[in-house]
Amino acid sequence: MSEIISVKNLVKKYDNDFIAVKNLSLKINQGEIIALLGPNGAGKTTLISTICGLASITSGSITVSGFDVIKDYRKTREIIGLVPQELALEPFEKVINSVKFSRRLFGKKDDVEYIENLLKKLQLYDKKDNIIKSLSGGMKRRVMIAKALSHNPKILFLDEPTAGVDVELRKDMWNIIKELKNEGVTIILTTHYIEEAEMIADNIGIINHGELLLVEEKNKLIKRMSVKTLKVKLKKSLSTIPSKLKKYNLKLIDEGNSFHYYYNTGKERTGITSLLSDMNQIGINLFDIQTEETSLEDIFVKIIKD
Amino acid sequence: MNLRGIQAIYIYEMNRSFRTLIQSLVSPVLSTILYFIVFGAAIGSRMENISNVTYGAFIVPGLIMLTVQMQSVNNASFGIYFPKFIGTTYELLSAPLSFVEIVIGYVGAATTKAFSIGLIILATSYLFVTIDIVHPIFMLFFLLLTCVSFSLLGFIIGIVSDNFEQLNIAPMLIITPLVFLGGSFYTIDMLPPFWQNFALLNPIVYLISGFRWAFFGIGDVPILTSIFFILLFTSICISIIWYIFKTGYRIKN
Repeated sequence: MSEIISVKNLVKKYDNDFIAVKNLSLKINQGEIIALLGPNGAGKTTLISTICGLASITSGSITVSGFDVIKDYRKTREIIGLVPQELALEPFEKVINSVKFSRRLFGKKDDVEYIENLLKKLQLYDKKDNIIKSLSGGMKRRVMIAKALSHNPKILFLDEPTAGVDVELRKDMWNIIKELKNEGVTIILTTHYIEEAEMIADNIGIINHGELLLVEEKNKLIKRMSVKTLKVKLKKSLSTIPSKLKKYNLKLIDEGNSFHYYYNTGKERTGITSLLSDMNQIGINLFDIQTEETSLEDIFVKIIKD
Repeated sequence: MNLRGIQAIYIYEMNRSFRTLIQSLVSPVLSTILYFIVFGAAIGSRMENISNVTYGAFIVPGLIMLTVQMQSVNNASFGIYFPKFIGTTYELLSAPLSFVEIVIGYVGAATTKAFSIGLIILATSYLFVTIDIVHPIFMLFFLLLTCVSFSLLGFIIGIVSDNFEQLNIAPMLIITPLVFLGGSFYTIDMLPPFWQNFALLNPIVYLISGFRWAFFGIGDVPILTSIFFILLFTSICISIIWYIFKTGYRIKN
């Protein structure tokens, strides 16, 4: 996949001397979905704002499709659609007019067929003549997406797209995002919902205190960082871990009736076979075994804490 | 140039006015009619002619200026402040629009509205007084330039305002007194000598004087001085707006 966004050594310092983004570099490939995770105030929205033109850049450079976002701002903005976090809509305008307005701002001719298809895809068509004020929060969120897609962008930024929406709508949004990806749109989303990133993202970027801690393919990240827990229930309880098993760093639980063994699925050997073999040799019989998997959320928390 | 983008902002702003037609059009025209009745008919009938112009006709340029200046400022300031208030400026800033194009869209719409109201008031004044405009083309040019410059001022007010109170402070506490004391209803030579000199510090005096010159060929100050002032005022407003967009002051970040 070819690179579509390149951020190099980006620094964003606000007038009050707060540095929201610290020497951040990031590359995003065409057609991928990247989820930027991070706690509140991590710098996710600031990063998006600098790419889209909402915030000035203190130092560093950003290119979109090879064009500089400051020098060639028209070329970069033409291919970007933005859905901000807040529901910012003209309350007294009709849905259709609001979407048409957005398209025209991008210098594009009216295209009734495209706009109507877009509204149908976002289940807004039967609301097209409604005043925005009369819509529910979920519908307003869809209007925001329709406005961002009105000029048929190649890149879509979604800043907390499902914040405050119900579970059903959130799943609808995920389907919309997946459809857009299938159409070749590059999607950059920020989210607090780790589950969201786990469900739809190809790549994960973790930002904290204005620094990009990592960017990695989601599945590789989960595999690399994933620590599984093997819970072994014993036939007879143990008061201490036998010396032969000490090398496995086992943790006795349930008053000695069980123990936990932690292993990394990303490694070549998990050590389970040799553990079970050693247990057999010293006469410890197991009653039951269970495994627990580490979620992306656990990984995120670990990275942020580290 | 993104002409469709400019057109989008312009049409959007014009449509907003049509949605609030009573506030946008009927209200200023009604206010002006009341001025004509009170100052032109009731009080004006007892006033002497000024430079061979009846008092009723004399106040027409001042009344038009009073209204278009307020309308220009109000329309432009609200036009840009409202998107700031509801958060939709992100659309403007993330679109392939230059700051010049954004200003043309908003200021163009505010100018059109104020200019139209000015012409409607002029037409309405013919119902009350007889006016022969000495320099009609210059009158239209001066009216247009006034609408543009005050719309630019309104745009600046809309950008720097943080709330609705601030949005109204400049028009109410600065512009309205200056317009009323700028010779809308009198010539400054009707004031005591000290106040005449003091009045010359008021920039609005030069605008009303220039506009009145276009109507009747008379003014408080030479016409070239009036032209200089309106051009200076316009240039200052453009420079401030340029600075705002260059630095992102109160817009970006």
